Amino acid sequence: MNVPEHYAKEILREGGIATPRGRVARTADDASAVARELGGRVAIKAQVPAGKRGKSGGIAFAASPHEAREKAAALLGTSIAGYVVEAVLVEEAVEIARELYAAILNDGASRSPLVLFADEGGIEIEELHARAPDSVRTATVDIRRGLDPERAARLARHPGVADVLLRMYERFATLDCELLEINPLAIDRKGDLVALDCKLALDDSARPRHETLFAEVERLVGPQGTELERRARAAGLYYIELGGNVGVLANGAGLTMTTIDAIAHAGGAPANFLEIGGEAYTKATAALELVLANPRVESVLVNFCGAFARTDVMAEGVVAGYEALRPRVPFFFSIHGTGEERANAIVRARLGARPHAVMEDAVRAAVAAAAAIRA
Amino acid sequence: MIVRRDDPVLVQGITGKQASFWTEKMLACGTRIVAGSSPGRAGAQVHGVPVFDSAADAAKAHRIAWSVLFTPALATKAAVYDALEAGIRNLVVLAEHLPVHDVMAFVAEANERGARIVGPNTAGVVTPGEAALGIMPGFAENIFAPGRVGVVSRSGSLGTLMCLEIVRAGYGQSAFVGVGGDPVVGTSTAEALAAFERDPGTDAVAVVGEVGGTMEEDAADYAAGMTKPVVAFIAGRTAPPGRRMGHAGAIVSGSRGSGESKVRCLRDAGVRVLDSPSDLGPVLQSLLR
Repeated sequence: MNVPEHYAKEILREGGIATPRGRVARTADDASAVARELGGRVAIKAQVPAGKRGKSGGIAFAASPHEAREKAAALLGTSIAGYVVEAVLVEEAVEIARELYAAILNDGASRSPLVLFADEGGIEIEELHARAPDSVRTATVDIRRGLDPERAARLARHPGVADVLLRMYERFATLDCELLEINPLAIDRKGDLVALDCKLALDDSARPRHETLFAEVERLVGPQGTELERRARAAGLYYIELGGNVGVLANGAGLTMTTIDAIAHAGGAPANFLEIGGEAYTKATAALELVLANPRVESVLVNFCGAFARTDVMAEGVVAGYEALRPRVPFFFSIHGTGEERANAIVRARLGARPHAVMEDAVRAAVAAAAAIRA
Repeated sequence: MIVRRDDPVLVQGITGKQASFWTEKMLACGTRIVAGSSPGRAGAQVHGVPVFDSAADAAKAHRIAWSVLFTPALATKAAVYDALEAGIRNLVVLAEHLPVHDVMAFVAEANERGARIVGPNTAGVVTPGEAALGIMPGFAENIFAPGRVGVVSRSGSLGTLMCLEIVRAGYGQSAFVGVGGDPVVGTSTAEALAAFERDPGTDAVAVVGEVGGTMEEDAADYAAGMTKPVVAFIAGRTAPPGRRMGHAGAIVSGSRGSGESKVRCLRDAGVRVLDSPSDLGPVLQSLLR
């Protein structure tokens, strides 16, 4: 889960890392009031989870409360990278002497936290790495031991910066972060270190250990996703709306992605990603309701390949949903793996459907049926 | 990381409903399960398998080569440490939704002890005709048959489909290794390729990958130097960037981990990349003729 900038900075401050003074405003009047409290020049930053926010016009500066009101009014309600700006962070503008880059992330290749540091900041790390690969210094950390102060010192080559890296690592480890990035980490005219921007991503799997934090972030960002995506989440299902007309019900992330690719490969357009693998395999009825609740759906492709997920249990769930909802759109099946004999028998007997032996044949039939309805 | 019929196996968390269901299936595949463990359940039996309180206790009574863990996510780290401290060298961690920091800790611990973790969020490992560990349908004859194609997969469901295509084409598997769908896993696709390259029972390898991470790119580097032919299928090539496609590891951010990058790296390394799962049979026929 991505933590909004203003709250990520609060988390940094709790860890002893300085950030500019300021707070969130949801109206232009409030932005003006914050600017008055702070005095002097302020930065006004759109609170949207988009990269390159500065380049997209999401950051403005104002020299007076009056100008802050105008600049905030111009940002609020606009859309940046598809996100509506509902709040701005109004902060004192920092007189920057130098910009640095610091980040810690979970690295799959080394199977450990990876600390990245550069003496240049303020631009995206990929860009910096492409331009001057030697300027990015890295260190893997044995998570059982934590970041060693000497390693931090060698990486930072500056005692104050090394201290920030150690404090960042403490936040990263304590809060089960996926990513903690400060970019830029500024050195101001007085020589103090200030975190000007912060990206913080929490590990959703660690939620049970940080329930209060997750609940607070959810409250701050408000409901995410489309109405159907929210309904799915409430039902403990993972559903993504994709805009096409072939409804998809499959099990397992790998098979579901493959189903979606196969629909595109066959010239069709998937209506959704929805997988009922793992423990969710008993939720086929609720999942089918979600697929059918999308009014764009013109045909439904049920693709099961059971390992842990028993296809007979999933097929029973689909049949129960079908009999309750009596959908008018045609259904196409491909069912293999654990429980397949019973599953295919259930589908044949109760729905009169003939499951396809080859997955791609079921995909092509579902795509053709959806296209025929369109035509 | 290839399990054999004589390997003695422990099932941690054996008294759970799913563990009990799959213990019966694993036994039916020929797996030599010598013990189970479950805190506070010493003295019980599950499908004739004696239960101990801990891996440590089980290891005192039996020699154990593998442990397969059916533990809940947040109890898994302690269970892995229990197995490692008991001297068990091969662990199959099935749980999904494990905090990544837990995984990094127990993988570091395993490395230090010279042990191997397969997973987490793996469907397991299968050697058809010999043994199966985990939650793959090793008992289904239309999906698993003894043969000479090695399979390495991030996904259980798609791995099952690819195994079905192998058997449909008249071949079988030397072994299936599920590496898992999480962003950090104990055994990489490249390491599984290395095991199949060394395995005298394997003539060709099928890689079942997906978008996200860089395991397929790293596997391509390794495959370039292999003597055995490799075919690959990458799921999620049409997945929208920035959306997590079910597996925590399956997320495309920027160009890193995209399907395009994986397909290009694999093709550059001489790997046959399939556009569709049902192409696997004909491609194997051309490679193994």
